[in-house]
Amino acid sequence: MASEAQGEEAGLSFHPMDQFLVKPLFGEGDVHWYTPTNVTLWLFIVAVAIAALLVAGTRGRAIVPNRVQSVAELAYGMTYKMVEDVTGKDGLKYFPYIMTLFMFILFSNMLGLLPKAFTVTSHIAVTGVLALAVFISVTVIGFVKNGAQFLGLFWVSSAPLVLRPILAVIEVISYFVRPVSHSIRLAGNMMAGHAVMKVFAGFAAIAVISPISILAVTAIYGLEVLVATIQAYVFTILTCVYLKDALHPQH
Amino acid sequence: MISLLQEAATTAAEHTEEAAEAAAHGSESASGLPQLDFSTFPNQIFWLIVTLAVLYWVLSRIALPRIAAVLSDRQGAITGDLMAAEEFKQKAKEAEAAYDKALADARAEAQKIVEANRAEIQKELDAAIAHADAEIGARAAESEKRIREIRDSAANDAREVARDVTAELVSSFGGSVDQSAIDSAVETRLKGTLQ
Repeated sequence: MASEAQGEEAGLSFHPMDQFLVKPLFGEGDVHWYTPTNVTLWLFIVAVAIAALLVAGTRGRAIVPNRVQSVAELAYGMTYKMVEDVTGKDGLKYFPYIMTLFMFILFSNMLGLLPKAFTVTSHIAVTGVLALAVFISVTVIGFVKNGAQFLGLFWVSSAPLVLRPILAVIEVISYFVRPVSHSIRLAGNMMAGHAVMKVFAGFAAIAVISPISILAVTAIYGLEVLVATIQAYVFTILTCVYLKDALHPQH
Repeated sequence: MISLLQEAATTAAEHTEEAAEAAAHGSESASGLPQLDFSTFPNQIFWLIVTLAVLYWVLSRIALPRIAAVLSDRQGAITGDLMAAEEFKQKAKEAEAAYDKALADARAEAQKIVEANRAEIQKELDAAIAHADAEIGARAAESEKRIREIRDSAANDAREVARDVTAELVSSFGGSVDQSAIDSAVETRLKGTLQ
């Protein structure tokens, strides 16, 4: 490619965004909606990894769990407790979906940290769908469970009467901004971390800087492991918070 | 780091723009970020929905019920074991109480036996002492009696001898022997010396 040639002329080749390119798995050509792409491959890998942990890992159904089973139980227990603590007992009906979300995001983030991997959650298309799904389902649940009373979420009855219309406008705006912040937070974190790592790695081409560069990549990698977990957790707990708002709209 | 990011972003943007100019992949590099390349959105969304649907099915039908069953089984086992442990503890306590009671009983019994033995021994001892006392008394009385007999015989002998000697003396001095006078004289003389 032209840029590659130019980069090599300069002695450095930065392609930090190449890792996010969506490419067909087999051959060249346009990406149709059905084309198996690297996205498809990594979604598949994520699904297989989750199944390996949660299904194959618990195959023994042991009273005294082995390592894999205890990790699966840990993930289950953590998510279950989170849903129960944040949304209350009536939110537990939606636990399988929240667990699916959490495991999917956690595994996408983590597997995306492998060298040569493609991070599906670094794409706004993916996180946007996840966030919109949460937004739409939470709104539907809110109206189905509470009817028109769900609108009480926007009417802050504890505030002075004069402020209430203004607050209502703010609340409505913040409600509709939720899916945007929800999705961009995750995708932005994933993208930025991976891009920074690539940039630092690019500097390793210069022999003098390479030790520092490699140290920096190591440090950023450690940070990214943390970020990958935290962002999965944040996405999930925010989902729980939104769900709580839908189930109990009273402030 | 921010400057680095910006640099990275601009580099990437340049790269993709140039790629677009090269028109190698017309649809792929419509904008600077691959994330904003809307031509790949249907693909990503389609496969994401497929993946999520499969995952949701697998988790809600297989994985989560299984883990829930395992966890509740474990909870049940733990509760059962705790209850069994409580029961065993109770049993152990009862056994300890029984043991203590048996020990106390045995001690009391031993005490009783010791007491009985002591009383019996005391009785035997008393009897033996009494018996010995009686024997000693009998022996002493017998000895006393014999001593008295010896003393009496000795006194009689002395009287006899005195009488004979007096009669001999009287006769040898030419006097007539008056047996009764001699007897009374000897008796008066001997009184006080003997006994």
